[in-house]
Amino acid sequence: MKILVPVKRVVDFNVQIRVKSDGSGVDIAKAKMSMNPFDEIAIEEALRLQEAGKASEVVLVSIGPAQAAETIRTGLSMGADRGILVRSEAPVEPLAVAKILKAVVEEEGPGLIILGKQAIDDDSNQTGQMLAGLLGWAQATFASKLEVDGAYFKVTREIDGGLQTVRLKAPAIVTTDLRLNEPRYASLPNIMKAKKKPIVERAAELYGVDLAPRLEVLRTTEPPGRKAGVKVKDVAELVSRLRNEAGVI
Amino acid sequence: MTTLLLAEHDHASLKDVTTKALTAAAQLGAPVDVLVAGENARGAAEAAAKLSGVAKVLLADAPAYAHDLAEPLAALVRSLAPGYDAFVAPATSRFKNVMPRVAALLDVMQISEIIKVVAPDTFERPIYAGNAIQTVKSRDAKKVITVRSSTFAATGEGGSAPVEAVAAAADPGLSSFVGERVARNNRPELASARVIVSGGRGMRSSANFTKYIEPLADRLGAGVGASRAAVDSGFAPNDWQVGQTGKVVAPELYIAIGISGAIQHLAGMKDSKVIVAINKDADAPIFQVADYGLVADLYEAVPELTEELGKLGR
Repeated sequence: MKILVPVKRVVDFNVQIRVKSDGSGVDIAKAKMSMNPFDEIAIEEALRLQEAGKASEVVLVSIGPAQAAETIRTGLSMGADRGILVRSEAPVEPLAVAKILKAVVEEEGPGLIILGKQAIDDDSNQTGQMLAGLLGWAQATFASKLEVDGAYFKVTREIDGGLQTVRLKAPAIVTTDLRLNEPRYASLPNIMKAKKKPIVERAAELYGVDLAPRLEVLRTTEPPGRKAGVKVKDVAELVSRLRNEAGVI
Repeated sequence: MTTLLLAEHDHASLKDVTTKALTAAAQLGAPVDVLVAGENARGAAEAAAKLSGVAKVLLADAPAYAHDLAEPLAALVRSLAPGYDAFVAPATSRFKNVMPRVAALLDVMQISEIIKVVAPDTFERPIYAGNAIQTVKSRDAKKVITVRSSTFAATGEGGSAPVEAVAAAADPGLSSFVGERVARNNRPELASARVIVSGGRGMRSSANFTKYIEPLADRLGAGVGASRAAVDSGFAPNDWQVGQTGKVVAPELYIAIGISGAIQHLAGMKDSKVIVAINKDADAPIFQVADYGLVADLYEAVPELTEELGKLGR
């Protein structure tokens, strides 16, 4: 079984982003970029399945600018076998990403696709579910445990109120939550090896997908700020203020 | 022009988040029908029928809708799609799972977790963990929207809409339910709790959650939350997590205990009306958003707070 893992290049999760004062967007020109953390978890899970003899090949795909090749390379250093870069300089919305991925899936024929549950830049949380809908495949989002069970996958999902376990018919789509695993660091020998692993590059336009955004971003603004309040000296003062000033207890 | 609101419910009754998402759905300006898909879900449908401003309730009652499986529910919504211009649902785990699948089937770009309806085609939504707010205008003929319910007021009762049965759509049969582990207790759910008491890495163990956080929460009739650090460390179950990748809450009172205030966590609670922070580190970022900060050892301050509230008859 081949596993396909789509990955996204995003602003590093440690960077405090800055909203441009003219409302035109978020200033990411000089920001440190990294792989979306949920996608690292997706790669880790794919590699563990491969190491357990459940998967033959782990293929990464990224849709983005030339620099997204670095993101793919990061995943190859973790241990994935090869990469596909679908070049697009302009941002691509989740729906168009899902359509391009569908075309990639038809070429590659994976038995399992593992994606991050959301990208930490636009926080859309859509691509995996959309791809499952377009392909007509089973889906299990927000996975905290994944097992291969013959021609099925058994997935435990994080849901409101607890955990749910579902059984999916293969081929299927799984999106990762935080507690699925802890991604490995790339070792030096693997980093060296990754330099020789192939990354095929294609133009997004080749897939015949309409890339025009459906959502027009009118403006981007800072959220309303919240000011620090007062420090109270002890519990008695806290209770008194919550009761008499804030009126919440 | 009609809007279809997808109801969050537990079959017997409706969840509060539905009444908040109804407020957002009504702001689109079209009549609102409510879809209750479940098994033996007449109770939830009748509750929805009483909400103010609901034109009609569609009840799809079938075993396929018993367990939150995305594929049959998406197929059902798609079968109803010709009659509607907008599909709105609260951003709960059920609908975060199913709505993008619906959007793809309808060839629509979903608008996730809106916090404001600016116009029927224009919405505000947070990006970068709430560190920026985007105003987006949808060019799609049909709209698929999830609602961050904490930012909308609840719609009250006062209606008497008819409840109509709708046929189940063909189940694609791609997945099946194996089991679930859902906490059963009498505490309010985070999404609708008036007060939330949350613990962080400073709690150091799950036993300390039981010993310090839960008694305070129970005294206040509060929901219990946790930071991602506390959940990752195994101090608290995953469904307690408040933050960018957990639950986003906006209670009247949020008490953060032993939580430093990582961006990730602030994204999930900074819209609370009143924030209290108890932390022994006076420089913790949580104090920058707290209305009332107490720099203290939580292992002394929290039992004292629980006791003081007890004296007030709480």
